Amino acid sequence: MGGYFSEILYGSKSLLVGMGITFREFFKPTVTVQYPYQTIKMSARFRGHIELIADAEGKPKCVVCGMCERACPSGCITLGSTSVEVEVDGKVKKKKILSKYELDFTKCSLCGQCVENCNFGALEFSKEYNLASTRKEDFHFNLLKRLEERNA
Amino acid sequence: MSAPIQLRPDETFILNVGPQHPATHGVLRVKMQMDGEYIVKSETVLGYVHRMHEKMGENRTYAQFLPNLSRLDYLGALGYTHGHVLAIERAAGIEVPERAEYIRAITVELNRVASHLFWFGAFVMDLGGFSPLMYAIQDREHILDMLEAVTGARLTYCYYRFGGLYNDVDDNFIEAAKRFIPRMRKSLKKYDALVTGNIIFRKRLEGIAPVSAEMCRKYGATGPVARGSGINFDVRKNEPYSVYPEFDFDIPVYHECDSLARYRVRMDEMEQSLRIIEQGLEKLPDGPFMAEKKPKTIKLPVGDYYQAVETARGSFGIRIVSDGDKNAYRLKLRSPTYSNMHLFDEACEGMLIMDALAFMGSLDLVIPEIDR
Ligand code: SF4
Ligand code: SF4
Repeated sequence: MGGYFSEILYGSKSLLVGMGITFREFFKPTVTVQYPYQTIKMSARFRGHIELIADAEGKPKCVVCGMCERACPSGCITLGSTSVEVEVDGKVKKKKILSKYELDFTKCSLCGQCVENCNFGALEFSKEYNLASTRKEDFHFNLLKRLEERNA
Repeated sequence: MSAPIQLRPDETFILNVGPQHPATHGVLRVKMQMDGEYIVKSETVLGYVHRMHEKMGENRTYAQFLPNLSRLDYLGALGYTHGHVLAIERAAGIEVPERAEYIRAITVELNRVASHLFWFGAFVMDLGGFSPLMYAIQDREHILDMLEAVTGARLTYCYYRFGGLYNDVDDNFIEAAKRFIPRMRKSLKKYDALVTGNIIFRKRLEGIAPVSAEMCRKYGATGPVARGSGINFDVRKNEPYSVYPEFDFDIPVYHECDSLARYRVRMDEMEQSLRIIEQGLEKLPDGPFMAEKKPKTIKLPVGDYYQAVETARGSFGIRIVSDGDKNAYRLKLRSPTYSNMHLFDEACEGMLIMDALAFMGSLDLVIPEIDR
């Protein structure tokens, strides 16, 4: 019988202790953010989808070496190039320029292999995270076009 | 305790738990043959989110397989990537700078605390208490913010590289981690008062769902499940790897074998992880975070390699059979939850269904890791 009552006593006490803790939490400051009205700044290393980096003239730094395409575990990157003739020191030379850089973001795992494998510093992560859509095609990014849009 | 049941086959019915039951945190299905509220027989059905990670590992280069490892257990992903890089480094003979190993240990332990915190919240929610989940998530958020700042991701990290890390940690991280430790210690005390002492909580766990050490051995259960059954086994102590021998920490073991013991093991483990983080931050040496000498494309010598690590859920092993090529000939992932879950069928026979759900919560299942 004694055990019965001591258990009731213990039980009531434990519930009161618990309620005391939750009650105190009432008066703690709010920690949540009212998204989408408020947003927080992404950290410097945040990995969004990749983006091309432009050189001083606004052209992509990419030299179409294909390293990123080969390194990508999921095959998200499709490159295209055209060759143009440029004059260097009076001599006409052939040079590849980037004509297409497509990223299939539906497959991307944001692993960063492409950025790390680029020896020309031509890729970076964007800070974009508001990416929601009901259509798959919205995630096939044409990075060259995005770069031009940013320049314009 | 559940009373012995009278088997009358004509009166049982089949209860289908899942495949998308909120209490099982993933897509697991359990077919239960019920006699009233008592379970006569249960059968777990797997494979709803199977993604063939092992096969992918055989078709990708070792570096390309890195992001896959963090998709096994999305709550404690760093432990799994740690196992993979350790296996490759040992097989290929890559020297890892000390600083990198320390940072790995610190981040893995932070991740373990985050994983246990989420489990704690979800477990109490399974039992019907909602507020602890909110408090746990609030604490976990601090860890995720810290890890995001160094790794660039919040859950599916791809931070370790063969020979080191993707990036070094900065002073902000070290400051934040130092601030986090006392905060977490205070929170642990709060959880103890709020949940561990709670009469309803205790009544639902104490003496419920005994899992004997024998059964753990039979099914190969590891981690907190085995340590709650009195088996003193932790890969960090028993087969030390990385810089763990440098740290002073204990392995919590409980002998009660019930759901409460498994709960207590995890709660104590958080404190031990904090101790490791504290010592790691103190001892963190200067130096490079990436090995200088390392091959550009990794090719392992012909052979058979195995590496086990202690993740938040138990012993995770990765076995690589190499034929000397850029990718593995055969890759096998031994995931702890897969073994831990399989004792559920045997242990829950004759249990009340509500006890069985609490028991399942105490096993800390992460389904994508079972269906890897
Ligand atoms: S982040 Fe990884 S998956 Fe995404 S495009 Fe780059 S290499 Fe491919
Ligand atoms: S690795 Fe860099 S330079 Fe080479 S194709 Fe990719 S983005 Fe261009």
